[in-house]
Amino acid sequence: MRKLLVSPSPHIHGNESTRKIMRDVLIALTPSLLVSIYFFGFSAIQLVVVGALTCVGVEYFIQKYLMKIEPTVDDLSAAVTGVLLALNLPPSAPWWLMLIGSIVAIGVAKMTFGGLGHNIFNPALVGRVFLLVSFPVMMTDWSIPTSWFREGIDAATGATPLSIVKEGLSRGETLETILAAHPDLSYIEMLFIKTGGSVGEVSALALILGFIYLLVRKVVRPHIPVTILLTIALVSGIFWMIDPTQYTDPLFNILTGGVLLGSIFMATDYVTSPMTTKGMVIFGVGIGLITVLIRYFGAYPEGISFAILIMNSVVPLINKYIKPNRFGKEVKHG
Amino acid sequence: MGGVHPHDNKLSADSAIEQFPIMDRVYISMSQHLGSPAQPVVQKGDYVKTGQLIATASGFISANIHSSVSGVVVSVEPYKDISGNTVTHIVIDVQGDEWESSIDRSEELKREINLTPAEIIKRIGDCGVVGLGGASFPTHVKLSPPPGKTAEFLIINGAECEPYITSDYRLMVESPEEILIGTKVMMKALGVKKAYIGIEENKPLAIEKLKSFNYPDIEIVTLAKKYPQGGEKQLIKAITSREVPSMGLPIDAGVVVQNCGTAFAVYEAVQKNKPLFENVVTITGDCTQQQRNFRIRVGTPIEKILDQVGRLPKDAAKLISGGPMMGKAVSNISASTVKSTSSLLVLTEQQTKRQPEGECIRCAKCVQVCPMGLEPYLLNKLARLGRNEDLESERVYDCIECGSCMFTCPANIALLDYIRMAKADVLKIMRSRPKK
Repeated sequence: MRKLLVSPSPHIHGNESTRKIMRDVLIALTPSLLVSIYFFGFSAIQLVVVGALTCVGVEYFIQKYLMKIEPTVDDLSAAVTGVLLALNLPPSAPWWLMLIGSIVAIGVAKMTFGGLGHNIFNPALVGRVFLLVSFPVMMTDWSIPTSWFREGIDAATGATPLSIVKEGLSRGETLETILAAHPDLSYIEMLFIKTGGSVGEVSALALILGFIYLLVRKVVRPHIPVTILLTIALVSGIFWMIDPTQYTDPLFNILTGGVLLGSIFMATDYVTSPMTTKGMVIFGVGIGLITVLIRYFGAYPEGISFAILIMNSVVPLINKYIKPNRFGKEVKHG
Repeated sequence: MGGVHPHDNKLSADSAIEQFPIMDRVYISMSQHLGSPAQPVVQKGDYVKTGQLIATASGFISANIHSSVSGVVVSVEPYKDISGNTVTHIVIDVQGDEWESSIDRSEELKREINLTPAEIIKRIGDCGVVGLGGASFPTHVKLSPPPGKTAEFLIINGAECEPYITSDYRLMVESPEEILIGTKVMMKALGVKKAYIGIEENKPLAIEKLKSFNYPDIEIVTLAKKYPQGGEKQLIKAITSREVPSMGLPIDAGVVVQNCGTAFAVYEAVQKNKPLFENVVTITGDCTQQQRNFRIRVGTPIEKILDQVGRLPKDAAKLISGGPMMGKAVSNISASTVKSTSSLLVLTEQQTKRQPEGECIRCAKCVQVCPMGLEPYLLNKLARLGRNEDLESERVYDCIECGSCMFTCPANIALLDYIRMAKADVLKIMRSRPKK
């Protein structure tokens, strides 16, 4: 007697899997990784390797020995978190800082909520912000370590464009004089290569390349990154037009700091972003707005990490109230 | 809105429709349509001709059934259908192939429509025509809109958006004018002035054939290739931009939809006086030796059909009646075909075996692909928790069970399994409420 399977429809599957999606994210991060390794050499490799291994290790340990379930680290989601956190640290960060950040990211931000799919906040960003408030000096030390291809550069030249502007303005200088004193803050330079900033922020172009790959592979949709960038451009544009001596221009705001890394790779995290298209737009607008407000008026020069985390906390609310356009008018029934 | 793009795998597209040999014995089900089963009017020992009425409709939503062969009735008793449900079957031992003399067996096309609308509807009912698109709704009932509702358009569904199936495609390519005349017949019955035939863009030959005739009030519409383009509500939206209201019927949007196979059956019934007792079935699968289209007499055992194309292949894991997205898995291969059997599809284990469920990663792909604008991830969660009130306010009853969500889910979550059960529960509760 032949045995046949019997189950309800559909009988075929699109062959998409969590692992394939996470693998695509890792591939999309590769251009930025290569640029970082080129510029920061062993320091970048060390951070990425420690991050990925620690995240995977912590998740494995917690699932196997604390939750007592079959570990699911082969879905690569923990590895993605590790790599993302590494890209969010200063290149001079010591390996043990990365280790602590990874333990917080996976152990606290992800697994305490129940693991993949259950966390409210982006794990890598929780790790980064934890380090930022716990080790503020190390987390804002932008000195550039030696690479195989270039000499190490002193901390003096390693400030980020955003912190240069913030400090200058707080000393009462105008934007014009600050930017005149720093000819290296040209847009062209920022688009291709800028070394003041986190490991993954070196090249805007490399990040955009990754974004295009994610779009082509349909891993992410453009809505969240595009609304973040548009909102940042619009809000900063309004302030800039009011007072160009105090407020930086829209292009400066988009190309500096972690805006591209954050909007392309952090804000699009499935688990911590909304489920509907309309919700994604609201989420993006919120992140863009909060980012600009923190940059202009907050204590920190950069605000995208906080902006994403704040909007992460609004996602359950957005999902509850923002519904997709239903097919067909509702008619009275019952 | 929504939709997925499974590979269309129309392996049998170039195989012309062949007459399937008549077997020694047929098993004709009394439940080949939506609604109450037909009532047998023949007994053991009776001699019946091909096309002779053997069971009559019982109740308003029901359909007549005719013998698909000539021979002697050997029994009227319960047998299991493809899903294993017990249904009364009329079993006939075949003797020759003697047709009812009233059936016009000539090859000649009959273009002139002589019957009045009421006579057309009666003829369609007499000939036991049912919707061949899947739901098997009795066609004469669909052509009689309830009082107060009128149809403006007739839409013929030639989308055939399910992968693999080519029975509608072959009919459109080989009998285009019959389909057009069948459409005119139904237009006359409904009193509508305009009809559309919607076909997916991956069937250019069918589009070309249908367009080559001069039927000015029938418009051939090329549709984007997307599953579920042939879903009734999606088809109406694509062609007329109208949305059928939630819990409503196409007639609420002023539209009646019929499958192109049904249009062909209507042509044969009204113009040729031939009851619906044979239909086109695609036998296909990547692992089968052949992929072919046959015109098969209703009641032919599935096993015998598979024998004709080289039996079930060794690596066959699932046999499906219908397409891979919405078809039914066959649990009983000794069951027989019915009027609406459109395809027998064989899938291998690698193609069809479900992977273990993972955690929902909230990728929102199910929300993007849902053609009804629902949130399958949420419905699945609510269904597993049994929260019927929330399921109702999230409009679980709108689900058309197309399976796009489950097809696309990267975590292999059995979304539709749970949503389907919850939908049935919620509809039952809603129907049990006193009407205002």
